[in-house]
Amino acid sequence: MNVMDTRATSAMLYLDGVHVSFDGFHAINNLSLALEPGEMRAIIGPNGAGKTTMMDIITGKTKPDEGTVLFDGTVDLTRLDETRIAELGIGRKFQKPTVFESQTVQDNLLLALNVDHSVRGTLFWRGSKAESERIDKVLETIRLTDARNRLAGSLSHGQKQWLEIGMLLAQDPKVLLVDEPVAGMTDVETHLTAELLKEINRNHTIMVVEHDMTFVRELGVKVTCLHEGSVLAEGSIDQVSSNERVVEVYLGR
Amino acid sequence: MTPHILTRSLDRAATAFVLIVAAIGVLIPLSNLLLPQGSMFQVPTYLVALWGKYVCYAILALSIDLIWGYCGILSLGHGAFFALGGYAMGMYLMRQIGSRGVYGNPILPDFMVFLNWSKLPWYWYGFDKFWFAALMVLLVPGLLAFCFGWLAFRSRVTGVYLSIITQAMTYALLLAFFRNDFGFGGNNGLTDFKDILGFNVQAEGTRAALFLLSCLALIIAFLISRAIVASKLGKVLIAVRDAESRTRFLGYRVESYKLFVFTLSACMAGVAGALYVPQVGIINPSEFAPANSIEAVIWVAVGGRGTLVGAALGAVVVNYAKTFFTSGPLAPYWLFMLGALFILVTLLLPKGIVGTFNSWWEKARHSSPDADSAAREDGIGAPNAAE
Repeated sequence: MNVMDTRATSAMLYLDGVHVSFDGFHAINNLSLALEPGEMRAIIGPNGAGKTTMMDIITGKTKPDEGTVLFDGTVDLTRLDETRIAELGIGRKFQKPTVFESQTVQDNLLLALNVDHSVRGTLFWRGSKAESERIDKVLETIRLTDARNRLAGSLSHGQKQWLEIGMLLAQDPKVLLVDEPVAGMTDVETHLTAELLKEINRNHTIMVVEHDMTFVRELGVKVTCLHEGSVLAEGSIDQVSSNERVVEVYLGR
Repeated sequence: MTPHILTRSLDRAATAFVLIVAAIGVLIPLSNLLLPQGSMFQVPTYLVALWGKYVCYAILALSIDLIWGYCGILSLGHGAFFALGGYAMGMYLMRQIGSRGVYGNPILPDFMVFLNWSKLPWYWYGFDKFWFAALMVLLVPGLLAFCFGWLAFRSRVTGVYLSIITQAMTYALLLAFFRNDFGFGGNNGLTDFKDILGFNVQAEGTRAALFLLSCLALIIAFLISRAIVASKLGKVLIAVRDAESRTRFLGYRVESYKLFVFTLSACMAGVAGALYVPQVGIINPSEFAPANSIEAVIWVAVGGRGTLVGAALGAVVVNYAKTFFTSGPLAPYWLFMLGALFILVTLLLPKGIVGTFNSWWEKARHSSPDADSAAREDGIGAPNAAE
């Protein structure tokens, strides 16, 4: 139904001419953006630039008024709901870490695994060796092996952020959308998070929204600056941060 | 390494609960029937019926805990499913009266003769057979819950809005069942039952058997709930309770999970109602009163939301207190006491009796290395602030 005959684009994620307004406020204004397979892209921009709204559109939480949103060149995301989009392979980490606090770290990952998500499947679920191996591997990647049996609510803020990234990994999505992963982290944690994302980027396409310029610089990837719902500048971090209009927007006119 | 769904659900606390209920279910009827009357250990018949009522309430509390404690659905209309199950059983019992009624009509129950009805309404067909009535006990509440839940959950009605429409549902049924022309006996309801499956409902033996059956139903309901809570589905339910939209982004169809557990819970409430009616001897529209449903939620809060044993215990404790206080000079003040109890539990024991005991127990043995994994075995996490 949603599959077109041919790929319209080589991009993994393709947005073209997207508009969204809430009560007359244009949150997203003629936004066009393409993410190639295997790419990691950092999205920056001042508050209210539309970064989170853009993620809402991609994950199906918000429907755009106009425009094209294609996944993998063939799937029209504007027609699907959150569950379906998650099933397709787009994972999202929220700005505020939302892990399942009253369950253990291990169970959080178990819930995130991209296995049978039907009511019957989970009722009669019996763990398999492959599943526990995958969980072990993710725990190792996010450095929480020792905390596997702790309740997620008892983790530090930084560890919760990693657990959420781990949950994304367990979902094994094709695209990871990561919203402000280092907000509220210490310098050491920020550095470790950059390492973690680079490691994950070896197998996954990633879009990171972040305010922390040191962190964005450390990622060393292509940067897109959003302003008032559309793309203001695109390029390396040095190019973007030396762009006059970007400086203007960040410092205020 | 990962045991079967049934064995996994039976940890030590659950096994203890099942054994205690089974022991009560066998010992109370035996003492009532075998020991001489007036003996110190003989349980009088009126107490067997009273405790049978508590056991039915415990099943209702379990059904509420399953959706509220584990999935965050606060239904303030669960009494409706209980009453519908009760009416289905009541209809069977009415038709068993046959020509022994005051008007002696072999087909029509007394209230229909009184209303000058000439024939049995179609929806009373089949209720002369026990198997049909038993099926309806599950089907009617289940179907109502399915339709209600399908509409509500798909439109993403949650939190206090859902609670309000469940109240509206039970209130609407209350008004409907009060009407004489609705065909369920109006405000008198269904009563004057004679026998069930050929046994006299008033007889001591029948009462003892009903008590035993109620305990058995409680055990089965507990085991089903326990199996669900201990399965991966239980983890998904807790995830929905704590962070619904996060669960959706993980790729779970939250509405399907809610619908499944809500429908199952309604069926359990229906069974509780069906066992309740022959033991109290009457079912009338007051069972649909919104206050009843709210009271049932209080039992669960007092016993411990999110702990199955707690829900059952809460139902028995609060109802025992109700019987105790309403039969003495304090009777006019019972509702104040209930209100005060709810406020005190919310302020001082937000996790309820069993929940508080659990956290105290965990703290006490925190020094032992596998304390964390033991907490997990219970499948119990403290619910977050009410959502």
